[in-house]
Amino acid sequence: MNSQKKPASPGYRLYELLSSMRFAIGLLTILSIASVIGTVLKQNEPYPNYAFEFGQFWFKAFEYLGLYDVYHSAWFLTILAFLVTSTTLCIVRNGPVFLRDMKGFREKAAEGSLKAMKHSRELAVSLDEAQAVALIQQRGMRYKRSQRDDGSIVLAAKKGSGSKLGYFFAHIAMVVICIGGLMDGNLPLKIGELTGSIVPETRELPQGQIPAQSRLGANNLSFRGSVTVVENKSADVIFMNSGKGYLVQELPFIVTLKKFHVDYYSNGMPKLFASDIVVTDKASGKETPATVKVNHPMIVDGVAIYQASFGDGGSPLELKAWNLAQPQSAASEIKGVSLNSQPLRVNGQDYQLEFGDLRVFNIENMGKREADGKTLQQRMHDVREVKQDTKNLKNVGPSITYKLRDSHGQAREFHHYMAPMEQEGALYQIAGVRSEVAQPFQYLRIPLDDELKIDSFMRLQAALKNPVLYDEIARRTTAKAMQGAAISPAMEKQFGDSVKWILARFGEGGFVALEKFLDAKVPADKRQAIAQTYIKILQGAVIDVMAVAQEKAGLKPWPQDEKHYRFLLDSLVTVSAFNDYKAPLYLELQGFDQVQSSGLQMTRSPGKNLVYLGSLMLVIGIILMFYVREVRLWLVLRAGSVRVAMSSNRHNRDLDEDFDKIVGALSPRAGEV
Amino acid sequence: MELLMQQPFYKRLNLADWLFALFIAVVTGYTFSLYGSRMDIYEDLILLGSGAGIVALGWFWGSWRWFFPLAGAMSLLAIELYDHNLARAGESFGLKYLLSSQSSFMWMCTLFFLATAIYWAGLLSRSDMLNRIGSGLTWAASAFALAGLFTRWYESYLIAPDVGRIPVSNLYEVFILFCLITALMYLYYEAKFAARQLGAFVLLVISAAVGFILWYTFDRQAHTIQPLIPALQSWWMKIHVPANFVGYGAFALSAMLGVAQLLSRRGILTDKLPKAEVIDEMMYKAISVGFLFFTIATILGAMWAADAWGGYWSWDPKETWALIVWLNYAAWLHVRLVKGWRGEPLAWWAVIGLLVTTFAFIGVNMFLSGLHSYGSL
Repeated sequence: MNSQKKPASPGYRLYELLSSMRFAIGLLTILSIASVIGTVLKQNEPYPNYAFEFGQFWFKAFEYLGLYDVYHSAWFLTILAFLVTSTTLCIVRNGPVFLRDMKGFREKAAEGSLKAMKHSRELAVSLDEAQAVALIQQRGMRYKRSQRDDGSIVLAAKKGSGSKLGYFFAHIAMVVICIGGLMDGNLPLKIGELTGSIVPETRELPQGQIPAQSRLGANNLSFRGSVTVVENKSADVIFMNSGKGYLVQELPFIVTLKKFHVDYYSNGMPKLFASDIVVTDKASGKETPATVKVNHPMIVDGVAIYQASFGDGGSPLELKAWNLAQPQSAASEIKGVSLNSQPLRVNGQDYQLEFGDLRVFNIENMGKREADGKTLQQRMHDVREVKQDTKNLKNVGPSITYKLRDSHGQAREFHHYMAPMEQEGALYQIAGVRSEVAQPFQYLRIPLDDELKIDSFMRLQAALKNPVLYDEIARRTTAKAMQGAAISPAMEKQFGDSVKWILARFGEGGFVALEKFLDAKVPADKRQAIAQTYIKILQGAVIDVMAVAQEKAGLKPWPQDEKHYRFLLDSLVTVSAFNDYKAPLYLELQGFDQVQSSGLQMTRSPGKNLVYLGSLMLVIGIILMFYVREVRLWLVLRAGSVRVAMSSNRHNRDLDEDFDKIVGALSPRAGEV
Repeated sequence: MELLMQQPFYKRLNLADWLFALFIAVVTGYTFSLYGSRMDIYEDLILLGSGAGIVALGWFWGSWRWFFPLAGAMSLLAIELYDHNLARAGESFGLKYLLSSQSSFMWMCTLFFLATAIYWAGLLSRSDMLNRIGSGLTWAASAFALAGLFTRWYESYLIAPDVGRIPVSNLYEVFILFCLITALMYLYYEAKFAARQLGAFVLLVISAAVGFILWYTFDRQAHTIQPLIPALQSWWMKIHVPANFVGYGAFALSAMLGVAQLLSRRGILTDKLPKAEVIDEMMYKAISVGFLFFTIATILGAMWAADAWGGYWSWDPKETWALIVWLNYAAWLHVRLVKGWRGEPLAWWAVIGLLVTTFAFIGVNMFLSGLHSYGSL
């Protein structure tokens, strides 16, 4: 400002630095760069994920820098605090000058400074004061009159002082927004954690056993957390992630979930997620029912309740257990509850049966990418077409996952669908298995019979694995071959033995067992031909296997048509694939009583209104600053001449036009001096 | 937008202004008489507000007085041709080759490419005639874009009543919105500053967007109409997204003006382009408009987030990048207005600003995951 001041004190120099423009711009830049970090590195993940991704050394280093929660780290908040300080000091420093400027008309401006203005001209025209005032008022300007010592009259006019007001609005707005944000931030929590009065819980405990040091009272000013509520159950706390662990926030009310709804569009995309809840006030006992939807939160006691997620809540299940180790024994009924585990004894062995999610809707994308292999013309046609999405989303029905854990703790995981699924024109039940969580499921498809059940397949499988029946099967297959003259009478005994041998091999280990034998015993050049023969025999024998199985079960003969023959061939593939299933049991989902859960997020943010107020001020401020132009006009009236001078805070081009207009309005009266 | 200059604004309105207002008032009234019985109070207010907004825009910008009715008439004709039957899109000649939303968008793409070529020819040959043609083509492309968006809105309801929604909800649709808004803003400044030569530069960024639209349509089939997932079923979307794209459009416009200015100041095309100071001022105006709308859009986004995500600010990547863009242009405006910077450094800054904006617009969707995953590629 004033260069002739005495050397400034260090305190004043600090004040000057903090309130300076370059400091503010520097802060904006640092803030931008710091913000980028938080967008590149996924924030607030569970800590083990980070440790796994970065390795121990970098995990520690990043943790020290607070990179897992950048926006709440001490250094980030410090930058924000500096920005607020800088903006505040900027207002303090420039405010008074601006205010004076807004109020003043600068009617005492010296002739020299008016003359020096870029838009200034002396016109040889005599203008009386009334005319001059009219000229000013015509332009909607306010003015102030003053008389100089030499007798000339100065009319100092201006308009658009709101432009300066915009400065105040915009800058105070920033401070207001930051204060509002700070009120809703987790600063008190961080301080509590630093002083040790709040300790995040890291263990998985039942809610009631979580110690007081990890619990926050219902009078907490601001919070944001979530809780999962099962249908017809209640919750009166929410959980908040905090660094390595979590905190429990008590609520002033109890939330009971009555029912959770999901709706779908006809193409399978979700249309609605909604929870019917009842909120019971702890103090008054007053009950308020409401439906919370995405985009439509419910607000109680200053706490907003949002629909955030949903899932299975532990549904009673009915299952049919097929004993795979002893296929001849009848299937039994098992009851269970999803998300729960229960002990299970199979064939003298103890297992733990751990149910996972019951998913009633499984929306799968059945479509292929249509663009592949199309000509340009077809594509042109497609592009012009108005249509709904080509994604062929389909609900393939309910599924259940479960793990079967043996006494050594080894588990295999299964993913079974309930509804028949159509593939290549036939219906199947789909079952997946994997031994490690990281692997994808390997699916096998079990052909369904005319009643859409897997019973026929299981019967066939049992017969295929039952050596007692092999004699009878071989007899029938041989007789059929003889009848069709496929073999000579001399071969009868040998053929029958081959059938039995092939059935035994296949029953033990499927196609793989046959292949292994071929690889070990048969020269490479003959394998192909012999393998063909085996498969032919097997494909012929399987008809008899089924016939025997049906007879033994006292059922009517298996129909002999293409559809039912395909069932048998499919079954051979599946029986073979079942060797990789490696489980004593196959659990078939028969029925369920769906119990859902809903993830509710709850927020109390008292700073919100302050942030909105600040936002409104910001917009008003920006409009005033950019769209209100401050214009000043001086008319110095002398006998026989007038000096016109104009200035504006910006937009020189517009000022040029205005100045020309005013000069033009005066000029017809006289030429320029 | 000199709110306080000259006489009060209503004294400056001429007969054409009042006729336009009357026309829009009649149209609004007619709409109300057709559908008023099925509208709730909010919808009444929205209708009234839309009418007032269209009139205000027409008073502020003369060209809007014919552009909006033209685009409206095109889409009304399309609706007439559809006759409540989506299958007519492939049967009716007018729809199949001209007015169905997809045909409109393809015309828009073609016309924008043509306009780019003509503007460049006009710039290099210093032909005002060619520049005027370029300008006309840009107007035509914009009319197809706006009419196409209106028609698409209608088509979505023909697919199924519950699928119907405003076409600003996925990347394909907002790219068209981006082309439309950038073109219209440019056309406004072109007329105001008599600077048709700059079309060559501005249309480049629009052509790039058109290129993306074409790839997205042909390779990804992105033009199909999908219903809204629950997270997007909010009326905030209808104002948040367009406001944001006024911002993006203005920033893209300013960056291209920055390129033109830099070339001009380095003696390339200097004699063919408007004066560098004029380009500089256009750039400033574009950024100040963009900044205002971007601020409003971000605030609207925060208010929507408070309804949808449980907090007005979640430091979601999209939010954070919006903040970075905002801080960037806030700094730009500060150094211009307070420090008085002009010319080259600010032109460079505006060009770099486009990179930041583009990342916030598309890059975040491509590379970063977060709550804003609707617009993913």
